[in-house]
Amino acid sequence: MAINQEDFLRLETKARDLRHLIIDTVVWAGSGHVGGSLSAIDIMTVLYHQTMKIDPENPNWEDRDRFILSKGHIGVGLAPVLADKGFFPKEWLKTYNHTGSNLGMHLDKNKVPGLDASAGSLGHGLPLSLGLGLSAKYKKQDFKTYCLMGDGECDEGSLWEAAMAISHYNATNVISIVDRNRCMMDGRTEDVMGLEPFTDKWISFGFNVIVINGHNLYEISEAIDQAHSTSDKPSVIIANTLKGCGVEFMQDNYMYHYASFDAEKQAECHRDINSYHDTRLVEAQGGL
Amino acid sequence: MGGLNYTVIESTKLSTAELYGKTLTDLAEQNSDIVGLSADLAKSTKIGVLGQKYPERLYNLGIAEQNLFGTAAGMALNGLVPFVSTFAIFASMRALDQVHTDICYQNLNVKIIATHGGLSFGQAGTTHHCTEDLSIMRSMANLTVIVPADGMETCNAVQAAYEKNGPVYIRINRGFDQKVYDSTEYDFEIGKAVELHEGTDLTIIACGAGVWRAREAAKVLKNIDGIRARVLNMHTIKPIDREAILKAVHDTRRIITVEDHNIVGGLGSAVAEVMAESGKACAFKRLGVPDTFSIIGLHEDLMAHYGYDVNGILSTARELMGADFEEDDNWDDEI
Ligand SMILES: Cc1ncc(C[n+]2csc(CCOP(=O)(O)OP(=O)(O)O)c2C)c(N)n1
Repeated sequence: MAINQEDFLRLETKARDLRHLIIDTVVWAGSGHVGGSLSAIDIMTVLYHQTMKIDPENPNWEDRDRFILSKGHIGVGLAPVLADKGFFPKEWLKTYNHTGSNLGMHLDKNKVPGLDASAGSLGHGLPLSLGLGLSAKYKKQDFKTYCLMGDGECDEGSLWEAAMAISHYNATNVISIVDRNRCMMDGRTEDVMGLEPFTDKWISFGFNVIVINGHNLYEISEAIDQAHSTSDKPSVIIANTLKGCGVEFMQDNYMYHYASFDAEKQAECHRDINSYHDTRLVEAQGGL
Repeated sequence: MGGLNYTVIESTKLSTAELYGKTLTDLAEQNSDIVGLSADLAKSTKIGVLGQKYPERLYNLGIAEQNLFGTAAGMALNGLVPFVSTFAIFASMRALDQVHTDICYQNLNVKIIATHGGLSFGQAGTTHHCTEDLSIMRSMANLTVIVPADGMETCNAVQAAYEKNGPVYIRINRGFDQKVYDSTEYDFEIGKAVELHEGTDLTIIACGAGVWRAREAAKVLKNIDGIRARVLNMHTIKPIDREAILKAVHDTRRIITVEDHNIVGGLGSAVAEVMAESGKACAFKRLGVPDTFSIIGLHEDLMAHYGYDVNGILSTARELMGADFEEDDNWDDEI
């Protein structure tokens, strides 16, 4: 269902709170994959706070929607979402990366309530999602599987093997989402390994391609609706995003794939996040 | 050795992988057949150092490890000597079919320098821990498998790998290692263990991060317990130095192996095979990760947690000294 303005304000506020929590988690962890967390947080906010049927009281509920974080390195992005949802105490975030903690750089399904699959080796999530999708059809379950991938990750052949099969089986209950922040680890995607024409690649694999601004909550939610209502082809949402979105010095800079912050930088992040979201909230209300 | 010498000055400034990058770049200066390949981990693995000096000799294949190893094999078919670097977990598992079929089967001259080995990327969790690679790689025919003890030994291993024809797998750690060697000037030869501490009461055979810890433990055993422990740096896992193992069996009859790896299939297993085939039994203990996916944490903490830090080696050595073994050579009554 499309979101209304009230939903928008709620979600935008939630995204702001989660951005703050991500920064703090990186500090507690000592360091972390912050750039790709901030590019994906708006998408995860809509999924976890608007779209997905989940129950934090019952994390293993069989008919829940699934979220497969294929770009598994953004544990510091997803763990705050799950903690905030109530899957486990927020206090756990303070132990992130500590020896013996349940929370490490790449999250472990057997230790993190609410996590649908362990990940960290890129290119694994889409095959897992296909497996969930096909098994759901077989078992006559109607849950959906949302798979979030990095764009650098799209270099992996295994991802395209799954794309081919998703299309072959018309597994429309799998919704593929690419965080197209145009950055990977050694540089910008088009410099390290060109992906363009990216949309055409997905089209030629038989997908309904929905290209959006991945920081616009209306567009994210509409894209998901459109994916749900398309039944003749599987859908992929290509979300154009900015790595490090919301913090000026990190924004669109691949050097902030992985970072650590001292107290001063941490405060700067929090200030930037506030002003980034304040502007958006004010603009949204101005449209009343 | 290829004429490149490095000293402790370099090893205090540069991490083990940075020393690898430097050695490779120096080798490349002398040998135009050397090229480098990585898969979006040029910076992390430090093979990127080569690209800073020779941008046209470093190929970044994007995050695509199967293509990475297949491409390297193709280059080797055409006479180049490709050095390939990615994390050990991806080198040994993500593209294993390519390593097996394209590289080892064809006996191609590809040098795989895998970083972030063992539990050295401790906080990253199981998807980035690599405690299976020695077991896997050891079973690849044609492949030489080396685990250097520190940065200086890495410089030697990289040069030796270049000088040797055929595929080589070198596994190094993330970050800095405890220093075992002050310079590259010692007897490094592929397939020959290096004795770091003399002893006849028991032998500690170690590789990689285990070596410094074994030597420290041997010093304590000598000074506190009066136990004389021989320490062997078994930097080459394959071909394993049978002679050194058999000598240890004969001389000391007590053996402990130490590796930053699952105790299944790696150094401990390689030593056990030689020992078992010798027909002589020994008090024997393998230290390493006890066939489990590790918890997360700092490398040092994890080695302590699983009992292969200095303290773990000490208590195992003391235990083994208490094992009932006869002084004579009559093994008949030992069941
Ligand atoms: C198979 C595999 N190869 C390499 C890595 C190391 N790695 C972690 S993140 C990353 C870059 C990811 O880029 P992208 O998918 O674009 O993610 P984002 O920029 O959204 O964080 C790499 C190469 C990995 N985790 N898995």
